[in-house]
Order: sequence, then C-alpha cells, then structure tokens
Amino acid sequence: MVQVRDGPRVRARESILIAIGAVVVTALAGAALLLAGGYDPLAAAGAMLRGAFGSWGAFTSITLVRSVPLILAGLAVALAFQAGVWNIGAEGQLYAGAIAAVWVGLVGGALPGVVLVPLVLLAALGAGCLWAVVPTVMRVRLGVGEVITTILMNFVGIYLAAYMVHGPLQEARGVFPQTDAIAEAARLPKLLPGSRLHLGFAIAVVLAVTLAMVLSRSRVGFQIRAVGASEAAARVSGQIDTRRVLVGTFLLSGAIAGLAGGVEVSGLTYALYENLSPGWGYTAIAVALLAGLNPLGVLVTGVLFGALQAGAGAMQRDAGIPAAWVGVVEALVILAVLGLDRVRRLRGEGA
Amino acid sequence: MSAAEFTLFLEAAVRLGIPLALAALGETISERSGVINIGLEGSIIAGALGGALGALAFQSAGMGVMTGAMAGCAVALVFAAFVIGLGADQIITGTAVTLGGLGMTGAIYQARFGATGTELSLPTLQALPIPVLDRIPLVGSALFAQAPTAYLAYALAPALWYFLFRTPWGLELRAVGEAPDAAKAAGVKVRWIRFFATLTGGILAGVAGAHLTLAHAGTFAEGMSAGKGFIAIAVVVLGRWNPILVLFAALFFGAASALQFFLQALGLDLPYQLFLALPYVLTLAALSGWVGRARAPAALALPWESE
Repeated sequence: MVQVRDGPRVRARESILIAIGAVVVTALAGAALLLAGGYDPLAAAGAMLRGAFGSWGAFTSITLVRSVPLILAGLAVALAFQAGVWNIGAEGQLYAGAIAAVWVGLVGGALPGVVLVPLVLLAALGAGCLWAVVPTVMRVRLGVGEVITTILMNFVGIYLAAYMVHGPLQEARGVFPQTDAIAEAARLPKLLPGSRLHLGFAIAVVLAVTLAMVLSRSRVGFQIRAVGASEAAARVSGQIDTRRVLVGTFLLSGAIAGLAGGVEVSGLTYALYENLSPGWGYTAIAVALLAGLNPLGVLVTGVLFGALQAGAGAMQRDAGIPAAWVGVVEALVILAVLGLDRVRRLRGEGA
Repeated sequence: MSAAEFTLFLEAAVRLGIPLALAALGETISERSGVINIGLEGSIIAGALGGALGALAFQSAGMGVMTGAMAGCAVALVFAAFVIGLGADQIITGTAVTLGGLGMTGAIYQARFGATGTELSLPTLQALPIPVLDRIPLVGSALFAQAPTAYLAYALAPALWYFLFRTPWGLELRAVGEAPDAAKAAGVKVRWIRFFATLTGGILAGVAGAHLTLAHAGTFAEGMSAGKGFIAIAVVVLGRWNPILVLFAALFFGAASALQFFLQALGLDLPYQLFLALPYVLTLAALSGWVGRARAPAALALPWESE
C-alpha cells in the first residue's frame, strides 16, 4: 500500500481522494444494506449525525472523547503498517497499558499530579511496549509471523485485565469486577470546562503531528517506509539495519497502543473494568487504513470513527437500528479503501 | 485423575477441539493454495447464526449444518472476491471480513430476536454413539459418542491428507501455494484453485460455527465465535499445514481449554480468567518452540496476478 517512490504530497492527495471515495461508497453500500434489512437509511443517518454532531456538547463530550483511543491506537497501527509490521495486537497492548496505568494511579496516590500523571502515562507506554515484545521476538528471531501472535496476545491481554479486576486489583468493596477509582492526582485534566474532553485529545494531536514529521522528514522515517515498501530491498541496499528498524517500530507501535489504554483510564474512566475497549484495537485498523497510514490523516479518520461510535447509540435509540451495525460500517470502509486503492494502482499502471 | 475423570476430560477436550479442527482443516486447504484467511472468524460466526436460523426454519439440526455451511461460504466469497478477484491484501481484507461478520450477525440477531439476547430453543445435534467403538475403555465414549460433525472432522483429516499429498489435484493446489508463476506456466488455473480452496475453507468454518450453536451451546449469542477463527489459524501453523497433524493440534488446544474444568474440579483454586488465557499462552509457546522454523507455503499471503 505504501510506496516510497511517490512524493509525500502526491500520496497525500491520492489518499484523501481514496478516503473521500471510500466514505461515499460506504454510505451508499450501508444505505443499500439498511434498505434490504427494512430500515430507513435517512432516519439512520439523521439520528447518527444528531448523536455525533447535534450539539457542541455532543461533539466535544462524546464524539471527540470517543475518538481519543481510536486516534492513538490508529497511530500505533499506522506506524506499524508503514514498516510492514502487521500489528493486529493493538487491542491487547491497549489493555496492557490500561492495567499498568490503573496500577500506578492506585498506588501512587501520595505523589503530586505533575509527577504522577507522567508516571501513569509512562507505565502505559512501557506496558504496551512489553506486550509487543513476544510477537516481536517471535518474528525477528523465530520467523513466526506477527499476525497470529499479536492476535493471540490480544486474548491474553483481555483475560489478564479480567483477572486483575476480579482478583488483585478489584475494588476494595469487592462487589463489582472493576478497580477502585485512581487517585485524583493521576487523572488527566479536562481541556474544556464543563466538557468531558480531556488532555488525552491534545496528547493524541501532538503525537500525530510528531509522527507525521518523523515519518516524512527524518532519516528514521525514511528507513521505516523503505522497510515497509520492501524489507528485502532495504536489507540488500546495505544502508539500513532492517532488523533494528522492525524491532524499534514494532515496540514503539505497541507503546503507543498501550498509551491509548492509559489515556482512556486516566482521562475518562478513572478505573479499569472488563470490556473497557469495545474492540478499539481492531477499529484502529480501519482508522489507519482510511487515513492512508498518514498520522495527520489518522486525526481526521479517528474523529470520524469516534462520531460513528457516538452516533451508533443515538441510531439505536431513535431509529431502532442495532449498534452492532457499526462493525458492518467499519468493514465496508476497509473494503472500500482496498477496492479504490486497487483502482488507483490499475490507473497508475495504465498511465 | 481417576479413569472416569480422564474420560470426562478427554470428552471435553474433543468437544472443544472439534469446531477448531473443522475450521483449521478448511484453512489448511486454503493456506496450502497460498491464501491466509484471517476472515475465518467471520465465516464461523456467520455459520453459527446461519446454522441457528436454518435449524429454526426447517426444524432440523441437519439442515442447520447445511445453512451454516452456506453462510460460512458466503462470507468467504466476499473475502475471495477482494483477495483473489482484486488482488487486495489478505491480512487487511480478512480483518475487515471478520469485523463485518461479527457486526452483521449481531445486527441480524438483534433485529430478529431483540437486543436482550433471547435464548433460542433450537433443534440440536444429538450425540451419535458409534457401536462397539464407543465401548473402548478410557477413550471410547470421549471419541466416539460425539455429534456427527466430530466424525466429519475425523474423516476429513486423512481424506484431505490423501487429497493434498497423493492426488494430482492436491499437487496442483500445493504448487499454486508454493510457486504460482511456475504453476501458471505449467497450465494450472491459479485463481480458480485459490478461489475454490478459499470457499472450501469458508464452508468448513461455517460447519464449525453451526457446530457451536447446534451441538455445543444450543443457542446463538453475539460474538460467540470468541476468536476461534484466529485460534484455528494458529492451529494450522501448529499442525505444520498437514491435515492429520492439524487435527491433533486442534485437539491439543481443546485439551488446554478443557484443563480449566478439571483443575477446578480437583479443587485447585486458580483464577478462572487465567485458565481462559492458558490455551492462548500454550499456543504461543508451541508456536515458538515445537514448530521452530516449520515452513509456510512460499506464496502464502502474497497477492498473485498473471502477467
């Protein structure tokens, strides 16, 4: 999908065209499926738009808040895919980050916020990175593909979180399978007064801009893209230590996905519970692909998918359409991107 | 563990391993042709719902297995259209198909039965004991008093092995997975073989899904495939792309899952959630240890276009 030979600007323009096309195709295909199911697509779209963008409060407190973990996990996936690392494990890495963040937030209550918040986020980064170590080693040392291993690690992460909230980290009352709320000092400040939007959104924006700069302007960024375009070519060029690039990118991707879990916990939920993530790690793949693996694009597509999730609730309430429908829309988006990308390549070859 | 407990353990291992075996055997065929179908999960959940709906409509569990197979095949058809028709990336397409399958079945189920998760009363696949064999001490009732879908898995493993390694069609299929360009030069229809191999995988994944609803749970629940499609893909690697080893690898995973009931029954107070994670950890360990550098089909996951 990623080609080094095109200039970044050409690729950006094509990616935007593909993304817009994919959204249109998805809307049409989704409407057709809804009609076939006996629903009113216009009512569905109306309910969804009202739920996601209907008011400033809905936009900031629901849509943007929902988009934070999607942007962060989307950045993790985009970075890995750029290097040709098929990290399907953002979900597990996210849970690892959330567990570590909650733990630090619970035990570090005596520390002041300026110390504790960075510690919480560092713990999340570290745990996410740690969660990527096993698949990384298995790929680089043993030649076992990372698709399967990252997916297996997802299940281990989800069950580990379930164990934590039933066992060692369960709330003091011992009633519900959840942790106690983390210390006040471990919580991310709110960005806007009266809104649920927290500092995590700003972190996501800064990280996206940083990654975009690194990928497009720096030597490391070029190496990552070169390995992603062709690992063999990058290796025989003799100028790139492909193994180091693979390992570094894989671990950094895991760390960013872990951060997504930590930010969610310290910015919004303040506690860990089972099913914290409704599959953000998988949705992140759609987010990253629709963005053409471009970190700045991920900001836009992350908000778009945040809106989709925010609107799904309203759609179920007002138009009677099951919220599970969101999964279908995500699938349609990915398939539309793949289809349009194929059309682009065919036209490129013809020209 | 007493003999009776061991028999119960084995029975649970087989019961939990069979859906994995069916899906993994199909995936073996498709991977041997060079197609890794991460969308297997989508086929399984479609087979589960398709099986439930078919069994309800026809009031027959056997018909449910048929409709489940068709539903699994339909999902694989979408995957094949993008991967083989358009040459799209297999991993990404598979992820999309899984997301779509889970979403679509959830939406259909909620639309049809309401959002509350009603227990369906389905006609179920009854255990079909095989005379004489089910009397074998220790293992007889565990292996030979299962649902008919289990016998399908037992029979398919050697049959697919024979097909892959002893017939000219099997040779062609493996050639397509190893060196599609050379196969094409030798006059083999690469796309058609990959297409049919992928659909075979979808059909068997659909049967696996129908087994989950009709022989196992007796009802449908959203997301009840619970990652079995992904585990089946790991099972294929564990079984080194050899149908007979794949059957045993699936039963190994079933045994790892069954272990939790028995360690609990033995009074070991180990946390339930860690037992749920155990099979995944064991599979990771097995992938990194025993498999070593077992070689995947050379052209696996690579899109192929004829020049």
